[in-house]
Amino acid sequence: MDETPTMTEQNSATQGLAAGLFENSGAKRLNLEDETITLEVDHLNLFYGEEQALKDISLKIPKHRVTAFIGPSGCGKSTLLRCFNRMNDLVDSCRIEGSIRLDGKDIYERKVDVAELRRRVGMVFQKPNPFPKSIYENVAYGLRLQGVRERKVLDEVVERSLKAAALWDEVKDRLNQNAFGLSGGQQQRLVIARAIAIEPEVILLDEPASALDPISTAKIEELIYELKDRYTILIVTHNMQQAARVSDYTAYMYLGELIEFGDTMSLFTNPAQKATEDYITGRYG
Amino acid sequence: MTIRKWFKSGAPWIWLNAGAIAVSVIMVVGLLTLILVRGFGHFWPAPILETQVTTPEGGSVRVVGELVRSETIPARVMRQSGMSVPADLEVATRHLIKQGNRDVTGRDFMWYPEWAMSQWRYPDAAMWIERREWGDFYGFPLRLLEDGRVIAEGKTQVWEALQPRIERANHIHEQIESIQRGEIGRVNYLMERVRLDQRRAQMAFEQGEIDAAERDRRLAELEERKQELSARYQELRQQLQELYDQVDRDVLVARVADGREWQVPLAQIVRAAQPNAMGVFQKLGLYGERLWNFFTGYPREANTEGGIFPAIFGTVAMVFVMSIIVTPFGVLAAIYLREYARQGTLLRMIRISVYNLAGVPSIVFGVFGLGFFVYFVGGAIDEAFFPAALPSPTFGTPGLLWASLTLALLTLPVVIVATEEGLARIPSTVRHGSLALGATKSETLWRVVVPLATPAMMTGLILAIARAAGEVAPLMLVGVVKLAPTLPVDGNFPYVHLERKIMHLGFHIYDVGFQSPNVEAAQPLVYATAMTLVVLIVVLNLTAINIRNRLREKYRGESD
Repeated sequence: MDETPTMTEQNSATQGLAAGLFENSGAKRLNLEDETITLEVDHLNLFYGEEQALKDISLKIPKHRVTAFIGPSGCGKSTLLRCFNRMNDLVDSCRIEGSIRLDGKDIYERKVDVAELRRRVGMVFQKPNPFPKSIYENVAYGLRLQGVRERKVLDEVVERSLKAAALWDEVKDRLNQNAFGLSGGQQQRLVIARAIAIEPEVILLDEPASALDPISTAKIEELIYELKDRYTILIVTHNMQQAARVSDYTAYMYLGELIEFGDTMSLFTNPAQKATEDYITGRYG
Repeated sequence: MTIRKWFKSGAPWIWLNAGAIAVSVIMVVGLLTLILVRGFGHFWPAPILETQVTTPEGGSVRVVGELVRSETIPARVMRQSGMSVPADLEVATRHLIKQGNRDVTGRDFMWYPEWAMSQWRYPDAAMWIERREWGDFYGFPLRLLEDGRVIAEGKTQVWEALQPRIERANHIHEQIESIQRGEIGRVNYLMERVRLDQRRAQMAFEQGEIDAAERDRRLAELEERKQELSARYQELRQQLQELYDQVDRDVLVARVADGREWQVPLAQIVRAAQPNAMGVFQKLGLYGERLWNFFTGYPREANTEGGIFPAIFGTVAMVFVMSIIVTPFGVLAAIYLREYARQGTLLRMIRISVYNLAGVPSIVFGVFGLGFFVYFVGGAIDEAFFPAALPSPTFGTPGLLWASLTLALLTLPVVIVATEEGLARIPSTVRHGSLALGATKSETLWRVVVPLATPAMMTGLILAIARAAGEVAPLMLVGVVKLAPTLPVDGNFPYVHLERKIMHLGFHIYDVGFQSPNVEAAQPLVYATAMTLVVLIVVLNLTAINIRNRLREKYRGESD
């Protein structure tokens, strides 16, 4: 996975987005056929009341890869992301047809425990949303929900998660302080630590860096790169450079439809669809 | 043109707003100042005036007392009301003198016309005595008697001998009080329990739960217990009698205004002073003492004298019990309305009804409380749990619990509205964050949302306390009385007696101010009681606000 461009290389990506990005990385083309599939979306239609927000979407998300969803505002990429942990259930008027399978099992089946599903499919939101608790309790929250009480286990998990989220060194001396005292970027990493504390299989990132400054953004991107060894990551982003930098596969969506899906390098260097090319080269709109 | 510009600049609005604020502040400050001066000025030792008044019949009487207030009115008005006013007077001034000595003269407050008065003097020897009966006494010390023998004579000697003896008498009086209130109260309470147990045994036998032998065994046991208590009671009576004998030892003989000699038993004296001879610091000491007594003492003489401690205690107890009841109810109702109930027409109607409850006249709540809580619920409780005490009711009569419940009902809308607002302000991102970690709706609610909404709940509680502590009308029906013999909390098991009647500052104001036989004497106490109530509400609110600020600090960032 070391083919993915590192932070130093992003500067070279300024002129000629697609070409520049992959110039020095020696990236190998990935092939979806060779991957283990974690999530499989099958003819998914989603309606808000009468309005159709997602139209007949089918795609396969490979395991332990970063899959990015790009597209203009309102194209349905966030809506699709929220389908994977059934957050759309919270919207009263929302109705879904088709199926999504996690490791082969339909997550929209009647007997599925939604809380259990959400433990397996974690999510990080656009705006950092720590709980009004201490840093420690924020990370331990998911475990406490599962009834874990032993201090030793909690301590271990909190430390491991914060380390994995590259936040440990910054907060280890003030674990009992309120999480609201952290900066926006730290809060977002805390939220990621909170998500990975319960060892999910999939992590959904809904524009995780859009509310952050460039340095915090870089840290989050590094983190995503670190995490993909162990987790299947889905990321929605507005920022095409970001998608190119962090993802292995990219899906381009437009007006609720999946226009093109493929490995990131192919999609950016050699898009199959004219619409995709227009979007990634900035001719869209 | 310039006017239009002035309007455009927005300055008129600033003036309007500032003006409104200024008017409000002036009114509040003015009201508080009035209450403060009238109420707490009362405890300042006033100089004692001695003067000679010519009566319309041509005689002359001597008057000794405090000048309460004066008024100047047209002489014509006075003449019309049948008073003889000298012909050359256009306007006439008259003075209200508090001459005390209700047992001597029959009237303790009298108006005297200024033109009939001569020689205003403030003799150092003039003496003011606060008594347990018959109100204040004014006079000049003559002799001090111990068991009928003269032990001191002459102004200074008597005064010197008097103070330590008053202290002694007060000390004995405290012992008497403590025996009466504490120990005899306890014996009475236990006797009543024994009586109820006897009836219970009898009733159990009648219903066939126990046989005659068992009943007799129980009754015998109780009889024994009763004998013990009776013996204890007799013992206490004996002690009391001894104390009474001791306290009646000393008698002060004083000369009153008209020259007669009058005996004042030291047992009746709370404190004595010669205000005309006192310096500022002595007066300050006496003032503090009287004020302290006002807050901590029990009322005397149909509430027109003594302290208001039972009323303060009752008010605080009632507000506490109300808070304990209203908070969980209001919060749970609000959580249901906001988080669980399906938002629709029915819910909207329920919500409107709840909001409108706040506009129902409070006396209606009082009537409801009396009918539903006291007679229906209380009656049912008596039948179920206190059948032995019937027909005299235990809970089926107004009391602390019912007063608190009625007020809880009255303030419920406030708590519900505030909590709902608080819940609505919690950002959905926080809820989603919790749900995305695999929390169920209720886990999210109780672990994240409700803690975040606690400051809003406290706001509701603060408003509820302010409303409840000042409420009077419904309380008159459901548990507040003019004079409660016992406090709702004491040393007898179960220590908190929710069924007892309480006194309340708001009702005390009404009672002392408008139901009192002695208006002039009661008036300053009304102001002082009102001030106490205001201060009490402020203190309760500041406590709640302090708690809320701590919670806000804890959950800060929530509103960002």
